[in-house]
Order: sequence, then structure tokens, then C-alpha cells
Amino acid sequence: MEPHAQTADSGPQAAPFASPSIDAVGVEERVARLCSRSIKKEAKLQALHLALSMIDLTTLEGADSEGKVRQLCAKALQLHAALPDLPHVAAVCVYPALVGVAKRALEGSGIHVASVATSFPAGQAPLEIKLLEVKRAVEAGADEVDMVISRGRFLAGDLAYTADEIASVKEACGDAHLKVILETGELGALDAIRRASDLAMRSGADFIKTSTGKIKPAATMPVVLVMLEAIRDHYLRTGQRIGMKPAGGISTAKDAIRHLVMVRETLGQDWLDPDLYRFGASSLANDVLRQIVKQRSGIYQSFDDFSM
Amino acid sequence: MTSSTSSVGTAAPKLRLGGDDGWGYAPAPESTDHVELRDRYGLFIDGEFTDAADGRTFETANPATEEKIADVALASDTDVDRAVAAARRAYDEVWSKLAPQERGKYVYRIARVLQERSRELAITESLDGGKPIRESRDVDIPLAAAHFFYYAGWADKLNYAFPGRGARALGVAGQVIPWNFPLLMAAWKIAPAIAAGNTVVLKPAETTPLTALKLAEIIRDAGVPPGVVNIVTGAGETGASVVQHDGVDKVAFTGSTEVGKLIRRALAGSGKHYTLELGGKAANLVFEDAAVDQAVEGIINGIFFNQGHVCCAGSRLLVQESVADEVISKLKDRMETLIVGDPLDKNTDIGAINSRAQLDRIEEYLEIGAAEGAEPFQTPCPLPERGYWCRPTLFLRASQSHRVVQEEIFGPVLAVQTFRTVDEGIAMANNTPYGLSGGVWSDKGAKAFRVTSRIRAGVLWANTYNKFDPTAPFGGYKESGIGREGGLSGLHAYLQPEEAA
Repeated sequence: MEPHAQTADSGPQAAPFASPSIDAVGVEERVARLCSRSIKKEAKLQALHLALSMIDLTTLEGADSEGKVRQLCAKALQLHAALPDLPHVAAVCVYPALVGVAKRALEGSGIHVASVATSFPAGQAPLEIKLLEVKRAVEAGADEVDMVISRGRFLAGDLAYTADEIASVKEACGDAHLKVILETGELGALDAIRRASDLAMRSGADFIKTSTGKIKPAATMPVVLVMLEAIRDHYLRTGQRIGMKPAGGISTAKDAIRHLVMVRETLGQDWLDPDLYRFGASSLANDVLRQIVKQRSGIYQSFDDFSM
Repeated sequence: MTSSTSSVGTAAPKLRLGGDDGWGYAPAPESTDHVELRDRYGLFIDGEFTDAADGRTFETANPATEEKIADVALASDTDVDRAVAAARRAYDEVWSKLAPQERGKYVYRIARVLQERSRELAITESLDGGKPIRESRDVDIPLAAAHFFYYAGWADKLNYAFPGRGARALGVAGQVIPWNFPLLMAAWKIAPAIAAGNTVVLKPAETTPLTALKLAEIIRDAGVPPGVVNIVTGAGETGASVVQHDGVDKVAFTGSTEVGKLIRRALAGSGKHYTLELGGKAANLVFEDAAVDQAVEGIINGIFFNQGHVCCAGSRLLVQESVADEVISKLKDRMETLIVGDPLDKNTDIGAINSRAQLDRIEEYLEIGAAEGAEPFQTPCPLPERGYWCRPTLFLRASQSHRVVQEEIFGPVLAVQTFRTVDEGIAMANNTPYGLSGGVWSDKGAKAFRVTSRIRAGVLWANTYNKFDPTAPFGGYKESGIGREGGLSGLHAYLQPEEAA
């Protein structure tokens, strides 16, 4: 079903479609109600395992080195030695220059290598350079590419540029999956976030992703709900299942479970799958592990009992 | 990685095709451990709990299990006489002579104890009435306390109620309340009455007397002078006895339009003041420029809040034709996620129907609607084996001439109709004997104001629904009642200007 048209995009670069308007107060109320779900016992343990399998274990620092990335990969391969029966994380996410290191470290594990690209995090580089960066990341073995949109052009109303930019990056990705980072903390309003989500999905995104993790606020619940509803409407219109990746600000198991509740009630069971839902996070994994240990043993252990 | 762009063939894509197998929610029941419920409850008259003069009792049961909770005293005319006499004495000798700020302190104290005992009260409300703990915990009890807090503040400021004229209480108020919001309705009635200086005799509904009796304990423990608040339990006869008692100066009733009409007839020529808050059949109008997902959420809240046992429920959905398919399909999908069951489970969205009688009434309307030609839709959610339950229901393609559109069902049943133009939508919304409430969903602010000002109802919400606040007046037009409760209007209902006294 075509979303009904009512918000006319102004200017000559208006998109060839109109996104539905979003009532921010209503979104917050829905989120509050979703947050009131009480997840206990077996349901909680199951959710924790699911959350673990959806994590993109991430390091995106200027100081990242081969040693740091190898250490992160080792953590991905063995999350907690005392619990060998855990699911593995979905991917390890690094800068393009370190993709090769991660690829070698994770060989044969089934864990994907994701790379940010397109002049992450600001995206302020000429398109040719962004495309070259994407190609290099994919050549080095990236299974997934996390691009940033040019927020300046989007906010200036140049939606056609944004659409073309995403389509070009998608082409440069080849077989690699494309996650499109909207950097929702810079878009200002839920209406803009919805429009950017629709634009990204129509332009070739396999996943839409909230944030770089460098800007606050990042993956807030209202923002993620609006993006999930965009994914749902896109699916109902086209039959295409687009994935979702909240990133930044989700650091506790409790937060992660709330996200899973939101996914379950907005999109259904199909999306409770690492192929369609990811958490971009650096510290979430250990909190989830600690909760799993607590659920199994009844005792909270010190954070020092969990490896970095 | 599997393809995330797989097509689903020629059939229209549908969510939740694989059902709900996978990750679900484990039972999360609220513990009832520290809630004390007695086997037997008496009447609360003149500051003490007593049996009925003739010793008669009735049972109150848990509608989710059909199990008896307690025997409750059944008040006869004799008991109501005693209660009114106690209220009169308390009014004449104590309450009307107390310094207003002292009166206010008692009301504040009731509010604080309600907060302190909120968990126990929420659990009791859900056990006795069947409403989900999420609602009794997050809505009923906090709002009840808020009403006492709000009116406590008025107690020593009554001279500002009618500026320049002075104000005084009416005397003894006889109050009869329904079973859908037992404690909250007691608060709506008692708080403004006693803050304004009246004394009261309140009769709770026979299926849900327990929280009112716990409120009586709280009032006693707060040291409120004996006789200021009296609570007599029983069914319709007890209520009639309260309403028709010669010693009552003011009647406040919340309940059905049918009973409201009887009360108004009985009060004619009596000189008693009265306010009636009666039935409703509110229209929720969704325009094509609405934020659809949030409107769908509002429709859900409007009709399924408290199993639809809400006088201001948005029980008629009027949706503009151009967006009707989208709204209805999203509404159906959202309904699939509603959890019906144990009221004490923190994840329950729709609890038990309050009584066998009410369930019979709803089921009768389900048959009527189908026979009239409306198209029923229910989700296949599982229901518990014992207890009174009703699946959330839509009647699609309903028409203005259908009884399920005209009459109040008081259950989780939504009649869905479409309209083409703004004028037609407004005309359909107003084409009802009721006029209690309504909702308008539009992203255009000017349109929301224009439409709400043309709907004849006491409470109108724009881009939200079922929002309550003690400062906001609540009440209806036409057969939805007379007078307002809440806010300054609600205070006026328990006062007269000094010169008229």
C-alpha cells in the first residue's frame, strides 16, 4: 500500500514519494507502553541469547591498531570461556584499514566482518573518495558496509542527492550488504528520520542504522520505533525485508531486551534474527553475558570476571 | 546471510505470517503475598465497620477465576438511614465548623496514604474487578491519589470558587458509583465533596466493593472525624435508597443512562442538587492527514482500555475513506499483539470482563452486530478456561442505523465506519443520543480545533485519547449526563454561592 501523500516536500528536489507524518508525543507513549512489558525467567534468558547473537562487536577509534582489532576478534570468538555453549556475535565492525586483520582473525567462524566507510563518521568527503573507500573495504574482505549519509545535503532538502549517493554506494558494495547510517541525532525530528528511512530503503539499503555512535542522542527508543515502522510499511508495500541496526547508547541487557520487545510487537518474529536485526555496541556484550550468568546461577558476578 | 530482499510472490505481504512461534513472554504475575483481604466486610458508618442491621450479605468474586473473594454486608433502608444520619450529624457538629485548612489536611492525608498503599490497592482492584494490573497500577490508583491532592488544595480557597461571592457546602451528598473504575470513581466523588465541606454517603458497585472499603480503612486511619465519609455496600436497591433519601442534599451518580433517567425522575421537584455522569458512544475520527501509526495506537487505547468498560471509550471509529484500508489493516495487526488474560500478569493488555452479566450483554451485542450485517473481526488470541473473557473485536462495515453503532456496549467492541468529507464525519459523530467524549486525529492543528469545536461532547481529545487529569472537567451532553466532575467545575457541583445559602 502506498503511504498516503500529505506532507508536500518543498523545493525542486522533492522526493517522488511522501512519507507519513509522525506524531512525536504518540511515539513516546507507545514506547512507554512497550517498556512496561515485563520479561522474566526463561523468556529473559532466551532474549539474552538472542541479543548476544545480534551484536556487531565494534571498535571505531582513531587509536585502533592491529593488536586492538585482534583482541576484539578473539573476544568475538570466545565471549566467555566459562560458557562455551553461547551463540556467537553477528559481526565485528572496524575501520576499512583494519578489515584484513579482522577477516584473517575470524576466518571460518561464521562471524561477519563489517566495515564503516564513506568517510565515517562525518561523511564530509567527495563521493569518488567515498566510493573508493567502500571498494577497498569490500576488496579487503568486508561482508557488510556501514555507510553514513550526507546529512548536510539531506537537511538542505537535497533528497535526490542523498538517494543517488546511497544507490552509488550500494553499487560499489557488490555482494556486500549495505547498512545505511542516518545519524538520527543530527536529523532533528522524527518526521525527518522517517523520510530518511524511506529514502534509504528505496535507494538500496539492506539495513537502516540509527547512528555512528559519535553523536548523542543516538539509538533512542522513539527513533528506533519510527524506523521499525518505516521498515514494516516498506515490507507491506514491496515484500522486501529490510534490517534494522540501532547503534550507540544501548549498553545494558535491559535496554537490549526492550528493543527486542519493540521489534517483536512492531514487525513480528521474522525480524528477531541476526540477519534482520543488529545491535551496534561496544559494551553491551559483557552486560548481556553477566545477565546470562545471573539467570543461570542466580548470582551477579563482578565485571572483572568478564574479559574485555 | 539469507537474502533480505526475498519476494513473497504474488500474495500481498503480511506481517506475522509465521504466527507467534519463537520468542514470547513468560508469565509475569504480580505477587499478592502482602495484600490482606478479609473474608467478610461490613458497612462503614460513623467511623466504624458494622454488619447490616438485618445481617444480610452478598458475595464479591474475582471475575478472572469466578472464585468468591469475600462476603460483604448488604445495606438496607435502615442502614442507609443510619449512614445519612451519621453524615448529617458530622456535617452539623464537626465538619462544617472545622477551619478549612484543617479540613484540607485530612484530605491531603488520605491522598498520601493512597500513594503509600498503592500497590496493595492496585492488586485489590485487579482481583475484584478484573482490570489489568498495568492499568490499576499506572492509571487508577495514581489518578485517585491525584484527585485527593488536587481537591485538598481547594479546601481553604473556596472563596475563590465564586470570586467576590463566597461559597459554602451543600450538606450531605449521596453518591453512587459504577464498577469500571471503583477506587477512582470513589475519589472523584469523595475528594471534591469533603474538601468543599460536605459529608458523604457513598455506595460502591456490588461487583467491586473492596477498594472502596479499603479506602474507608484509610479514611478511618487518617483520623477523619466519624460520619464525614460513610460507605454502604449493596446493589441497585441500596443505591436507590441513598439517592431518594430525604436527608441527602446532593446526589452524584455515575453509571448507565437507563438508571440516570430513573434518578432524574425520582429527584424531580425534590430540590436536591444533582450531577449525573452516564453512558457514551464516542466517535474517534481519523482524517487522511493523521499520523497513522499513532492514530492506530490511539484507537487501541480508546476502545480496549479497561476492556472497553469505559463510559468515554472511543467505541465508534470513523475513518476517512482514502486511508480506511491502511488504518484498518494496521489496526488488525496491532490487535494481534494484544494479550488477553490474567489481570495480575504485568504483560496483560486486556483483563477479565467484570461480571457474567456484563459478558452476557457484550455477547448479545456480538450476535446483534453480525445479524445486522456488520462484519465481525476478532484476533485468535488464546483465552483462559475459567473466568469471563471477550476477545478484542471489530465490527467492520458498520452503519449508522446499526444498534452496535447507536448503543453503548461497554466492552472491547469497536464499530468501524468510513466517511468521505470533514462535514460528513462531524455529522456522523454527532448523530447519537450520547455526547460524552470524542477524538480527532489530524496532523493539521487548525483542522483539529475546527472539528473538535463542532462535535457536541463534553470531552474531546485531539491526537490522543483517554487522558484524565483532576484539573480537567469531565462530563457529558445529551443522554451522557448533566454537570461536570473534576477541576473547578467539579468543585462547583459541591458548593453554592454564599448569598444563595
